[in-house]
Amino acid sequence: MSYCRQEGKDRIIFVTKEDHEAPSNAELIADDPNDPYEEQGLILPNGDINWNCPCLGGMASGPCGSQFKEAFSCFHYSQEEVKGSECIDNFRNMQECMQRYPELYPQEEDKASSNSDSASAAPSDNSALSSESDSPPATSEVSSDSTSPPDVQTAS
Amino acid sequence: MLTCRSVWRKLAPLARPSSAVCRQSARRAGLNNGRIPTCVPAAHMSTGPAGGGADNVKYALMVGAACIGGLTYAYLTVKGDQQRYQERITEIASRSSKTATEEPAPIQSEPPAAEVAETEAVSEPEPEAAPSPEEPSPPAPEEEVLSPEAEAAAPSETTAPPPVDSTPASLKVPSHAPYLLIGGGTASFAAARSIRARDPGARVLIVTDELDLPYMRPPLSKELWFSDDPSVTETLRFKQWNGKERSIYFQPSSFYVNPEELDRAENGGVAVLTGKKVVHMDVRGNKVKLDDDSEISYDKCLIATGGVPRNLQVIERAGEEVMKKTTLFRKVEDFKELDKVSRSIKSITIIGGGFLGSELACALGRRSAESDLEVVQMFPEKGNMGKVLPEYLSNWTTEKVKREGVKIISEALVKSVTCKDDKLEIQLKDGRSVTTDHIVAAVGLEPNVDLAKSAGLEVDSDFGGFRVNAELQARSNIWVAGDAACFYDIRLGRRRVEHHDHAVVSGRLAGENMSGASKPYWHQSMFWSDLGPDVGYEAIGIVDSSLPTVGVFAKATANDTPRAATEKSGTGIRSESETEDTAMSPVASVTPALPVNHKDEYGKGVIFYLRDKVVVGIILWNVFNRMPIARKIIKDGEEHADLNEVAKLFNIHED
Repeated sequence: MSYCRQEGKDRIIFVTKEDHEAPSNAELIADDPNDPYEEQGLILPNGDINWNCPCLGGMASGPCGSQFKEAFSCFHYSQEEVKGSECIDNFRNMQECMQRYPELYPQEEDKASSNSDSASAAPSDNSALSSESDSPPATSEVSSDSTSPPDVQTAS
Repeated sequence: MLTCRSVWRKLAPLARPSSAVCRQSARRAGLNNGRIPTCVPAAHMSTGPAGGGADNVKYALMVGAACIGGLTYAYLTVKGDQQRYQERITEIASRSSKTATEEPAPIQSEPPAAEVAETEAVSEPEPEAAPSPEEPSPPAPEEEVLSPEAEAAAPSETTAPPPVDSTPASLKVPSHAPYLLIGGGTASFAAARSIRARDPGARVLIVTDELDLPYMRPPLSKELWFSDDPSVTETLRFKQWNGKERSIYFQPSSFYVNPEELDRAENGGVAVLTGKKVVHMDVRGNKVKLDDDSEISYDKCLIATGGVPRNLQVIERAGEEVMKKTTLFRKVEDFKELDKVSRSIKSITIIGGGFLGSELACALGRRSAESDLEVVQMFPEKGNMGKVLPEYLSNWTTEKVKREGVKIISEALVKSVTCKDDKLEIQLKDGRSVTTDHIVAAVGLEPNVDLAKSAGLEVDSDFGGFRVNAELQARSNIWVAGDAACFYDIRLGRRRVEHHDHAVVSGRLAGENMSGASKPYWHQSMFWSDLGPDVGYEAIGIVDSSLPTVGVFAKATANDTPRAATEKSGTGIRSESETEDTAMSPVASVTPALPVNHKDEYGKGVIFYLRDKVVVGIILWNVFNRMPIARKIIKDGEEHADLNEVAKLFNIHED
């Protein structure tokens, strides 16, 4: 049984769990996935990579940014059977570059093989600038930057 | 043009002993650039035009000859200057390293005519055409003369490109940056990242007057205080919610490129010029001037100058003794100083009951548990966060802050502060007084709009800060982001926001727009605060306690109230109406539990702030991971008949 009280201009409602069991009848406006104003995920509606996705952290903007972009672009557009198999050189370049900056890219295993590794290689990057609700990236691989507020709470 | 104007200037003093002939000859030389009226002194009028008489003719001829002689001389001088200048430029270009600090003396050692107060445009580039190590060091006086000249020239000159782009006076400062970011805080860093992500190979130069690289501010009043590490003031590392440690610096120094090398960096990069303040902005010429007189031209510029903590007038007027014992908290060095001070004193008072004041009070309060530090917090409102939270919640929060070991003095207006026997005495307007060792003033932020005047940018009179449009633009190639930006929010109207996430969001947006996008401020930023173990909230939108609010809280179930405890034991509090009865009973000690129950029930919930029946702000009170829903409701901007239904979307009873 919910309880309601008014203190001047402020209204206070106490609700029990049962009160809130029934689904809400509040109407929300449907979102337009192609809204140009909205923050985009990792992959833009037109299929391009959103290099500014918070989920990438500083990967595309750091000293090895261009190598990372080349490698990941190659991988993304790869039509080979084994996706990205022709991108070995790009990934090697990227890895070599990253080895020159161990402080920025803490060395992890198999960095060349998947995007998720490289994205998680800079976790500090991600959390520092994660604006709270980064739209979940389209590719499930990149999961390093969650939308959880506690992440933002302390890390931001 | 350059020559003409400079020659005219050189001519001016010669023209002063006036005569119409002189003026006419100047005109004939094609120097009709509008300067003539100002240069023609009143004295001229008194002599009148050259009239008849042989004497006059002779006089006119002499003056005319002198003018022509002067003109010729000036012309030769300027030519010589230019030649030497060109030589210098080629020399600098071929040189590989710069070590000099000298001004190009020989060029400046022209006869006095060249050093007249009216600065020649040509001499202006010289200070910038800097110095070569092989040049003989100039006598100091010449340098003195040079700077005022350069200063006079700078605002008015829009000279030919080569002079401006030449190597600057100070060593490390690049002369041109395609992307220039003024200010080295959160907004600036976010913009830099955004630009680099979108514009491959971009060269971004951040200029900051701080000595630190870009860092996050929130931990300075929260996490850093709770660290177990005794060297935290040096390492500036803290533990995140997920247990992982990180530094407050966004990136270690290896991320950045050296400012000197920015031009040459193959793939561009972000360079940070620390310890330099931008003091003047020339929007027409697309360049800025630093406090060391060097200039940097830009293609696109971001102003992210943030703000400076406000102080109480009574403290400012109280004199140096008081000021020495007062901290205005904002930067890393303030944190270090406060940490040190708080360990050695007995009593500290925080003036201000907003975010910063309350967070610092809680942080210091927690520390007081281990030491015998007395922590006092005073503010004019009735309770902590009085301008943000509705009164009932503000009062509840104040109780929580008290439990963190803070002595709260509410409804306190400071009348005066004096220093007596090495202690501070704060007199309040209602007669109360507090004696303390140190004061922290957390009474707001003054946005830094120092550049508005020289840049000719608009400053907002309601909110302060630079006035920018919905795309954060002040001019076609100037953007403003962060605390200093008063922008137009399409949903919520014009506002200025001083939160960390806003700095990130607006910085990122500005960076996107600087690199070609045209997006307005749309993704609503949020903010959060933690006050002790019981109070943590996240908020979004306009959260102003003067707005009508609707708060929906999870009712504490019968199981977890003091009431349950008493019922179990057989005592009989059953309903509110029985309060008076039970007050007389032996279990009187538990009766306050009933009204207190309702007070304590603000455990978790969601509070809506309304403006014209539309939700413009939401606080998630001890309820986490639901910010996207809150953001959506604000974005929709709809009128909802029953906010309880909207509250259902948040599922506040779950964790």
